[in-house]
Amino acid sequence: MAVTQEEIVAGLGEIVNEIAGIPAEDVELDKSFTDDLDVDSLSMVEVVVAAEERFGVKIPDDDVKNLKTVRDAADYILKHQS
Amino acid sequence: MNATQHSVVVTGIGATTPLGGDSASTWEGLVAGRSGVRPLDEEWAAELPVRIAARAAADPAGILPRPQARRLDRSAQFALLAAREAWADAGYTARAGEDSTVDPDRLGAVVASGIGGVTTLLEQHDVLREKGVRRVSPHTVPMLMPNGPSANVGLEVNARAGVHTPVSACASGSEAVGYAIEMIRTGRADVVIAGGTEAAIHPLPIAAFANMMAMSKNNEDPQGASRPFDVDRNGFVLGEGAGVIVLESAEHARERGARVYAEAVGQGISADSHDIVQPEPSGNGIAHALQNLVANTGLDPAEVMHINAHATSTPQGDLAELKALRKVFGDDVDHMALSATKSMTGHLLGGAGGVETVATLLALHHRVAPPTINIETLDPEADVDVVRDTARPLPAEGRIAALNNSFGFGGHNVVLAFRTP
Repeated sequence: MAVTQEEIVAGLGEIVNEIAGIPAEDVELDKSFTDDLDVDSLSMVEVVVAAEERFGVKIPDDDVKNLKTVRDAADYILKHQS
Repeated sequence: MNATQHSVVVTGIGATTPLGGDSASTWEGLVAGRSGVRPLDEEWAAELPVRIAARAAADPAGILPRPQARRLDRSAQFALLAAREAWADAGYTARAGEDSTVDPDRLGAVVASGIGGVTTLLEQHDVLREKGVRRVSPHTVPMLMPNGPSANVGLEVNARAGVHTPVSACASGSEAVGYAIEMIRTGRADVVIAGGTEAAIHPLPIAAFANMMAMSKNNEDPQGASRPFDVDRNGFVLGEGAGVIVLESAEHARERGARVYAEAVGQGISADSHDIVQPEPSGNGIAHALQNLVANTGLDPAEVMHINAHATSTPQGDLAELKALRKVFGDDVDHMALSATKSMTGHLLGGAGGVETVATLLALHHRVAPPTINIETLDPEADVDVVRDTARPLPAEGRIAALNNSFGFGGHNVVLAFRTP
């Protein structure tokens, strides 16, 4: 069953909270992972792997660099979820 | 080459050890003669021949914010906490540059460990095998690299004069302090934060050390297992934690009005070139380090009133050290109150030199030698003045000096000397 954008953002909120310590509710669509959420390049890999598991998608390394904001990631997951 | 030789002093002290989460509680435990050794009650310990260790009194992962803790190996967590204490204790209020009394370009960091991020390496190997390639943490490399603790401490205080990691097994922490002294003495830095850390309480290192017959298997009496100089000593007890100090040039300390714990007189270094793990039994290698110390620094053995011995509680090693002391210092050894604090902290491997430097400095500062516990029958070959059972006052008046000895697998010998200001 496909998840909604809202559910994805909530899931990313929990993931970012676990990895970077940012409150889950601060993880909003227009936030930048690097500039707003204390997610550096290594932690972004952790976020991606956790998101892959949670949402059942595969995010190749080459696509990770395009995921600058929470919206980028949510849209990517929406589009690619099986 | 800078021809000026700068005097070096110690202005800050920090530690997190099996006896306490900071240097004050550690010192309190040392003076009280408390053992930090406990049974290992983890499930994985059940099948090991050694089921005791000296765990750190304060879990660093519970003190650091979670996002920071999860990207630092436990050895780096210990180093960071000890470094923060030492930095604040030295009177610095922020990282170099933000605190204008220290120039980042003149600040160094030298924090060593004997084994590095071994628990990270082994845990990530488990992840690789059980969960697959994709789940291996992207933080693994900076967590397992042996220079990780030094680099993280350097980042914390903004050290730009150089960040180093000498590795010499159980001499690593003392070699780091010696390296720091040289950086300041030769003019490469004004201030250096230095020490040792280790976190290796994991089934693989324990199995490996135990299979070398290097560890005490006295599982029935954890607190009595580490017993340097006792006739029944049968190996070391593994400990974990860190000791870190702030060293600076005497001019730099004077200019900012810093409190000075002690003068860092200098170090003597040698190598046995005898065996990869066995100490040279006559003590000649250690004696060579002590001779170098005296020759390089002009230290007067008559001033040395206290020695924090390496004394890990192994049958051969403890005696080689005493033979060397007698060989170099002769009758002067008789006025040196010798303490084996590993009887209480266990053996912190690369962290030992850091923690025992802290213990040596606090012994000078308080003018008290901590005890060596668990000696029921002193080895008859131990013909030195071992401080047994209870702490003992050191001379209350006049300048006194103390040594911290550290030796490591590979035949590394490092002796450090400190003197009251």
